[in-house]
Amino acid sequence: MEIIDILLTANFWAAALRIATPLIFGVLGALICERAGVLNLGIEGIFTAGAMAGWMAVWLGAGLWGGVLFAALAGSFFGLIHAILTVPLGLSQHVSGIGVTLLATSLSYFTYRTALPDVSSPPRIIPFQPLDIPILSDLPFIGPALLSQTALTMLALVMVFVTGWVLYRTPLGLAIRAVGDNPSSVEAQGLSVYALRIGAVVAGSSLMALGGAFLTMSAFDAFFFGMINGRGWVCIALTVFASWRPGKALLGALLFGAFDAFQVRLQTEVGAFLPSQVFLMMPYLLSIAALIIVARKADYPKALLVPWFKGQR
Amino acid sequence: MSSAANPSLKTSRQLLLQLAAITKKFGPLIANDAIDLDLHKGEIVALLGENGAGKTTLMNILFGHYVADAGTVMVAGADGILAPLEPGAPQAALDAGIGMVHQHFALAENLSGLDNIVLGTEPIFRLRRDRTKARTKLAKLMAGSGLNVDLNQPVHKLTVGEKQRIEILKALYRDARLLVLDEPTAVLTPQEADSLFATLRQLAATGLSVIIIAHKLAEVLAVSHRIAVLRGGKKVGEMATDQADRRSIAELMVGRDVPVSRRSERAPGKPVIALRDVTIDRGDARRSLHGVNLMAREGEILGIAGVSGNGQAALAQLIAGLDRPDIGSVEIFGEKVTKFDAHQFAQNGIARIPEDRHHDGMVGSMTVAENIAIEDVRSRDYQKFGFLDFEAIRKRAEHAIVDYDVRCPGPDAPARLLSGGNIQKLILARVLEKSPKLILANQPSRGLDVGAQSEVHRRLLEAREGGAAVILISEDLDELLTLSDQIAVIHAGHVSAAIAAHDIDRSELGLMMAGQKKTDENTPRSGDPA
Amino acid sequence: MIRFEPRTNPSAIMVYGIPVMAAIIAILLAAIPLALAGAPIIKAYGLMISGAFGSMFSISEMLTRATPLILTGLAAAIAFRAKLWNIGAEGQLYMGSMAAVAIGSGVIDGPSYIMIPVVLIAGAVAGAVMLIGPTLLKTRLGVDEVVTTLLLNFIVILFVQMMLEGVLKDPMSMGWPQSEPVIDSAVLPPLIERMRVHLGLVIALTCAVALAIFVKRTVWGFEIRAVGENAAAARFSGISVTKTMVLVAMLSGGLAGLAGVSEVAGTRGYLATDLSPGYGYAGIVVAMLARLSPVGVIISAVFVASVFVGADSMSRAIGVSSYLADLIVAMSLLCVLIGGFLTRFKVRFEHQKSAG
Repeated sequence: MEIIDILLTANFWAAALRIATPLIFGVLGALICERAGVLNLGIEGIFTAGAMAGWMAVWLGAGLWGGVLFAALAGSFFGLIHAILTVPLGLSQHVSGIGVTLLATSLSYFTYRTALPDVSSPPRIIPFQPLDIPILSDLPFIGPALLSQTALTMLALVMVFVTGWVLYRTPLGLAIRAVGDNPSSVEAQGLSVYALRIGAVVAGSSLMALGGAFLTMSAFDAFFFGMINGRGWVCIALTVFASWRPGKALLGALLFGAFDAFQVRLQTEVGAFLPSQVFLMMPYLLSIAALIIVARKADYPKALLVPWFKGQR
Repeated sequence: MSSAANPSLKTSRQLLLQLAAITKKFGPLIANDAIDLDLHKGEIVALLGENGAGKTTLMNILFGHYVADAGTVMVAGADGILAPLEPGAPQAALDAGIGMVHQHFALAENLSGLDNIVLGTEPIFRLRRDRTKARTKLAKLMAGSGLNVDLNQPVHKLTVGEKQRIEILKALYRDARLLVLDEPTAVLTPQEADSLFATLRQLAATGLSVIIIAHKLAEVLAVSHRIAVLRGGKKVGEMATDQADRRSIAELMVGRDVPVSRRSERAPGKPVIALRDVTIDRGDARRSLHGVNLMAREGEILGIAGVSGNGQAALAQLIAGLDRPDIGSVEIFGEKVTKFDAHQFAQNGIARIPEDRHHDGMVGSMTVAENIAIEDVRSRDYQKFGFLDFEAIRKRAEHAIVDYDVRCPGPDAPARLLSGGNIQKLILARVLEKSPKLILANQPSRGLDVGAQSEVHRRLLEAREGGAAVILISEDLDELLTLSDQIAVIHAGHVSAAIAAHDIDRSELGLMMAGQKKTDENTPRSGDPA
Repeated sequence: MIRFEPRTNPSAIMVYGIPVMAAIIAILLAAIPLALAGAPIIKAYGLMISGAFGSMFSISEMLTRATPLILTGLAAAIAFRAKLWNIGAEGQLYMGSMAAVAIGSGVIDGPSYIMIPVVLIAGAVAGAVMLIGPTLLKTRLGVDEVVTTLLLNFIVILFVQMMLEGVLKDPMSMGWPQSEPVIDSAVLPPLIERMRVHLGLVIALTCAVALAIFVKRTVWGFEIRAVGENAAAARFSGISVTKTMVLVAMLSGGLAGLAGVSEVAGTRGYLATDLSPGYGYAGIVVAMLARLSPVGVIISAVFVASVFVGADSMSRAIGVSSYLADLIVAMSLLCVLIGGFLTRFKVRFEHQKSAG
């Protein structure tokens, strides 16, 4: 019927993928950090910082890819703060993460307000445009769903593959997975626990920032206050749901995107009967539900949240 | 060097390692006090000493986990010339051919054995991993040493013995010339230990040098060429193994006469606790019990022998009131237990001594007094209308500190300042003060020095004299054989019938611990009052 | 090489001095963004101080701001004490305010000595209920409460919005989504005439002192401390970790709910979705600056409130964005974290010993 029809349109899946893109970046970033044993609750703020930094760089004339680079740098800056506080100093990952979120958010807002003191409507940039990839676009169904996507979505899909490859196919990934399970195993083999963890948090944070950058440089064309709106926290939930695997992260984000796209369409069908807030709550409720579903069998990286000090046995 | 006096040792006499005047302090504690130690190629040296003698600290310095405050570490290079080793750098130690097998294995359990072995041996920034060479080399190593293990299994699926083999292979794979093993037999059955020793001798014959850290005399006599004894951070003696005299080494280790715990003969009384066909299935073998029958009587110590991870944790949880049986029942003082509740158990006269005293036994930031009263704060003696009676809590602590000789700055000092032995005394003060009728002692003397150990033993025997039933879970066969009236063996969640301690053959016990002999012949044991 | 050595007993100067240092450093660090924004730095600091403390009025404004911060700070402090990571004080605050408005805007009426306790209790209960769910999910299923409480904040705000456009909507508000005003008998009266600071401050201070006594001197406080410091040992000794966690959840959620009541019934008079400028999140900073001590929360709440009020007034005067306040607050959290590290460890700089 109508509902089934919605699910079968390429248009719908295009929207789902669009909604999923920032989440893909975010979940990949979060899972890299957590695989190394560090929970990064700075994610919400890092999204904001990435959104602001990327947008502002483009607005100042850096070009779109310059903006992407700048966003990633902003992400790694805040990631580095979190990494220093939680890895060598071994401070509470919860509190440090919240602190980084507050810092990154307020610094982004302050910078934006300082650069643009009295604008009533936010200035716009020319965002990434949909790509037309010769062979892919000709595929049935998948083609049209991918057709309207921008380069950043393609980058997200590529990053799923890259993250999976690095984690499971390279010596570096082996070391990251080991350090999140038992840091002593890494130190005993002569690798640096600190370097691996700090590196993972910085790399993961720069991916998170790209999720934010997607919002201001692809989904929209401007920066708004409060535009991240909990997307970062949703990613933390999805990371558990994805059992810390890049492939499942893509799947989880897509499911989430599909659900969100579906409720938007449902809203236009039955919106008259239910308040719009019910639909807006869906993503958050869904995230909580996802956490509850996997809670029993969630296989957390064993050293997650556990600080490790050099010379500790 | 004294080892030169050992005629049976066929080494090329090439000096491989030289530790000179190593000193390490932790705050006021001197863990290593100017220790010298030499090691030759193909030699097995046992580093013998009590807990806290400084053995592990010394080896951690060698391996770069700690930096010594003074002294030098010299290692011979491939050319046989001694060169200083960079301190504080595990990588430097690895490069110099030093491999270490820690007591707590340094393995990532989510990875396969092969992954753990090659971790860190390949350039880290590479796009692919090539495992064919590694596999060939390991196959050769395994064939040459008899260290057989499935390298493709994730480590969490391996047994303790297999994990240890992975650890040794890790070192051999890096072409270690010196292998350090920290208390390697603590987690093994006697038979597994024998086979480890055979492997080590075989490896030493091919030129590998080995340092074994141990605190048990018998096993180092079996495997080593030379023995160095540490006590209180100092090296107090060194001798060739074949010239070693058991008694004098024991005295060197302890530094005084070892008080021997003696059990008096005593007829057991009525049953205090009985488990009837108890099954607890938690999916994980170490947390499960299968059809366990067990009974302890007044004035009796029932020893539970077994290699760690065979269900002791589940048994202890059950008796501590922290878990309930899925099937079967528990009777305590003749009544079937319906409510498994740690608070209730403690109030009903069950003294519970936890396995991990730091993790489960105390709240570090709370005071000594609060930690002593923690089980009883809800009782009328220590609170009025919900408000704590600090005076009463403090008074109890003052008594306990004197009676149990808890060395601490005072009742108001945070408990984290206490040493392991004193934490155990604090726990004894907490649970024995109330003249319990049943005592669960889970690894009560593990990691304690001789003094604290004998204090724990004395207290348990005293409680037995007073008519308490004691369930003693231990991995230390000597402890079990000294203290227990009856011994049952736990293996893979099955508990054997209890056997009178004086009837037990050590090697038989070893076979039962390894699961070679059936452990669940749960016929009612001799002396069961029908 | 840098090494960290654990300190066994940090001195009192360190314990109490470090939060103060952290606050001062955070304020000094604010000079960097001020300079980058091209503001006169000394003047800006002067304006901030006079904005928060310059007059009776500004002190009253500052204390009005401090009131909800004390309550959310206490909410975070008691929860963090038990290692219950309640980041949902913002949502609990809104639930509390909504309960207060639902009951206190004319459904029932009575004298103040009945109405005020009734709205306070209603708000506290609503806040407590909000946290019990995530707490049980944590203790029963192992669901991370950080994420659930964070996500609930967004759900609650949407729920409040929905209610304000629905059953709670004030028909007189000309289309603005806001509630009917709290009736006079339920309003927390001002403490000083013509000033905004109200009875909520007294309630907040009372809560702080009561909580301090509760934690330090009662059996339940003892159990909360034990569970927070070492849950395994607490469980082994016979303390029910689940029950203790639920108690903590009720206290923490209840305190956050009270903050909501205090805001609608004391400061604002009605409920709207902009009731809280992030008091729930700022409460975390307040609690951390106070090193989770209930009495310390009073002082750190005053500090955070004066930063907000001071920055607002400076912002009006010289046009620097008032997000500077959020920036200072965030930096003081990170500074106090590092400070906390320094109370636990000595930092030693040493030269790599030559190995010869």
